Amino acid sequence: MSKGSPISPALMPSKAQHGPAGTGPAASIAGQTKADRAHGTPAAVNLVQGPNNVVPATTMLGSEAIVRTLEELGVDEIFGLPGGAILPTYDPLLASSKLRHILVRHEQGAGHAAEGYALVTGRVGVCIATSGPGATNLVTAIADANMDSVPMVAITGQVSSAVIGSDAFQEADIVGITMPITKHSYLVTRAEDIPRVLAEAFHIASTGRPGPVLVDITKDAQQATTTFSWPPRIELPGYKTVVKGHSKQVREAAKLIAASQRPVFYVGGGVIHAHASQELLELAELVNAPVVTTLTARGAFPDSHPQHMGMPGMHGSVSAVTALQQADLLITLGARFDDRVTGVLHTFAPGAKVIHADIDPAEISKNRTADVPIVGSVKQILPELTDACRANFAEHGRPDVSSWWSMVNRLRETYPLGFTSPANDHSAPQHVIQRIGEMTGPEGVYVSGVGQHQMWAAQFIKYERPHSWLNSAGLGTMGYSVPAAMGAKVGNPDRVVWAIDGDGCFQMTNQELATCVINNIPIKVAIINNSSLGMVRQWQTLFYDGRYSHTDLNTGHDTVRVPDFVKLADAYGCAGLRCERDEDIDATIAAALEINDRPVVVDFVVSRDSMVWPMVPAGVSNDLIQIARNMTPEWEQED
Amino acid sequence: MARHTLSVLVEDVPGVLTRVASLFARRAFNINSLAVGPTETEGVSRITVVVEAEGDLLEQVTKQLNKLINVIKIVELVPDSSVQRDHILVKVRADAATRLQVTQAADLFRASVVDVSTDSLIIEATGTAEKLSALLSVLEPFGVREIVQSGTLAVGRGAKSMSDRALRSA
Repeated sequence: MSKGSPISPALMPSKAQHGPAGTGPAASIAGQTKADRAHGTPAAVNLVQGPNNVVPATTMLGSEAIVRTLEELGVDEIFGLPGGAILPTYDPLLASSKLRHILVRHEQGAGHAAEGYALVTGRVGVCIATSGPGATNLVTAIADANMDSVPMVAITGQVSSAVIGSDAFQEADIVGITMPITKHSYLVTRAEDIPRVLAEAFHIASTGRPGPVLVDITKDAQQATTTFSWPPRIELPGYKTVVKGHSKQVREAAKLIAASQRPVFYVGGGVIHAHASQELLELAELVNAPVVTTLTARGAFPDSHPQHMGMPGMHGSVSAVTALQQADLLITLGARFDDRVTGVLHTFAPGAKVIHADIDPAEISKNRTADVPIVGSVKQILPELTDACRANFAEHGRPDVSSWWSMVNRLRETYPLGFTSPANDHSAPQHVIQRIGEMTGPEGVYVSGVGQHQMWAAQFIKYERPHSWLNSAGLGTMGYSVPAAMGAKVGNPDRVVWAIDGDGCFQMTNQELATCVINNIPIKVAIINNSSLGMVRQWQTLFYDGRYSHTDLNTGHDTVRVPDFVKLADAYGCAGLRCERDEDIDATIAAALEINDRPVVVDFVVSRDSMVWPMVPAGVSNDLIQIARNMTPEWEQED
Repeated sequence: MARHTLSVLVEDVPGVLTRVASLFARRAFNINSLAVGPTETEGVSRITVVVEAEGDLLEQVTKQLNKLINVIKIVELVPDSSVQRDHILVKVRADAATRLQVTQAADLFRASVVDVSTDSLIIEATGTAEKLSALLSVLEPFGVREIVQSGTLAVGRGAKSMSDRALRSA
């Protein structure tokens, strides 16, 4: 590569080696065009999703084309709420026998439900809303899906093309509003573009690094007559995804692994999105290195596995955080060195070399420079890396990781996750969450909101399989839990789905309980009711001298209890239970597990003073992890 | 910080310039200049963007641009192997007493006079950013009334075309 082309050829797939990089007057930055890269993989046979029926040209309305296209794409569940600009599409929707539309009570609920559906099924989640406020109500869920790489297509109605830009009734430039928080977006003004655009949207949302795609369709496009045929031709000259890792890079990675004395697998949500847990297990057992799973990766590697160290990051286990800090090699898979994992970046894993495998080239060396970057899908990279390691070990022998294991095992035994009982006789929230996990088991699906209860659910429920833990990680969206659990239950109707929610979060989106009751979606909601915005309160305790500015919610012990969550559950037609004492916890959970003909809401009234530990305070190195207030682990001397 | 000139081939679809510009804003990258126009291929536009960035940041800029679905290809054009030109129109005060001096100054820079009035001239010039800045400093003493300047345009030297490979394989 010549001057001015900072991306090493190693980042690119094998085909790039033969490209014209640096040979011409124009030193190609990316080594090659995005289009060229596709040649590294076999040409996709058909980019259009679904059963690939062939439909001859048929005359229909644009609105009918929307419904038909969704059917042809293999969609069966969509979440939405109608309004003026999407009204034409709701008419043929009524007649569709293939599409089940679930009418939500707020569009944000439709967005999170689509996310929950996508995360448990691996398929594209679909939500639909009208123009203006309908579309803007989707914004939070779209941003959430963007941060956590969730495949989602959001369809919005738009005012007629003739009045776009005139501040028409319920007009909002939703394409402009969501441009920074979508993977891509479309404004469709012609009926004939509908099948192609939707097919492209599904392709973009679900391939490469998944993400949300918005399709905004004007009312006149829905009302116009068009000719529908299937499949459409997808034209995306600028969109190609590398899935196969560069084989030389894979061999380099194997060399680093073979030379490492203190390796750690740093596993991110990409492993779950790629359905690569089995492949990870094989490599991890071959290499015999400790494994940490991030907040989005819980379940990607079984918690019960002896190599599992827990979750890294701000509220990670001492063993996971310290293993990363002390490592000489990070085998980073589908993770992005998020600030909640790294703490102060330049102090993170200071002695480690980095292998970074990710499907998004822009994540590699964004925060932490990679020594061996591998662009591609971990689904394909992992088996190749396993083979390369096996070959390397056969030739040069296995690295000796025994002293590394004795150190991390010592940490794990000395500083296990745990919690103390509250000073008063109130229940410990951690205990409630732990029992829900133990009594429901690893086949359940757990969907949390955001805050203390989210961290406890990540820490104290044992995850044994991927797609069993859903939460809003990157954006930290309070109110995610109930609607996402609803979507998860629609996607996994045979599994027990728990929304582990907080009293603050629950009050943001609990209107979807109506949707759950009416549509027979029997989720279970555990409100971990500490009567406050608990995580904010924890920070006020620790960093603001206990000045509790506006964090009291008055829902718990010794308050007026507004609202009464049991009455609220009753009002919605859910079963409402309350548990205020330790001795009732198991019986209450058992009762909730017995009820499957309607949603259950359990008001677990718990201590408000429990805090999330361990904790790395913001703005300091992960070396300063605290296991309790002002208590740091006693580091044992390294020989 | 070093300046880098990127040529970006994009699909000529509504909103593509917004996508590119808003990406720069959102990722806190600095744009020095931006020029956009059609190319020899129908449906493909070319954006020339001059950014201020050091190595790692430039790599991020490029990778993030590449993620935009409507971006087809990105190339950095280095000064040694490319032609880079800015275009400028300057309205300068010039009356009967100074007009000759101003036109002589313009001649020195091979700039042309494209409009004359009793007390002003409009001078048009093309060149590298350095040349145009030298021209401006010569014109400054006469009184510069208005400046209009384009973004940098750039093309690689030699026979090859940036769009050849990108579009053939597309």
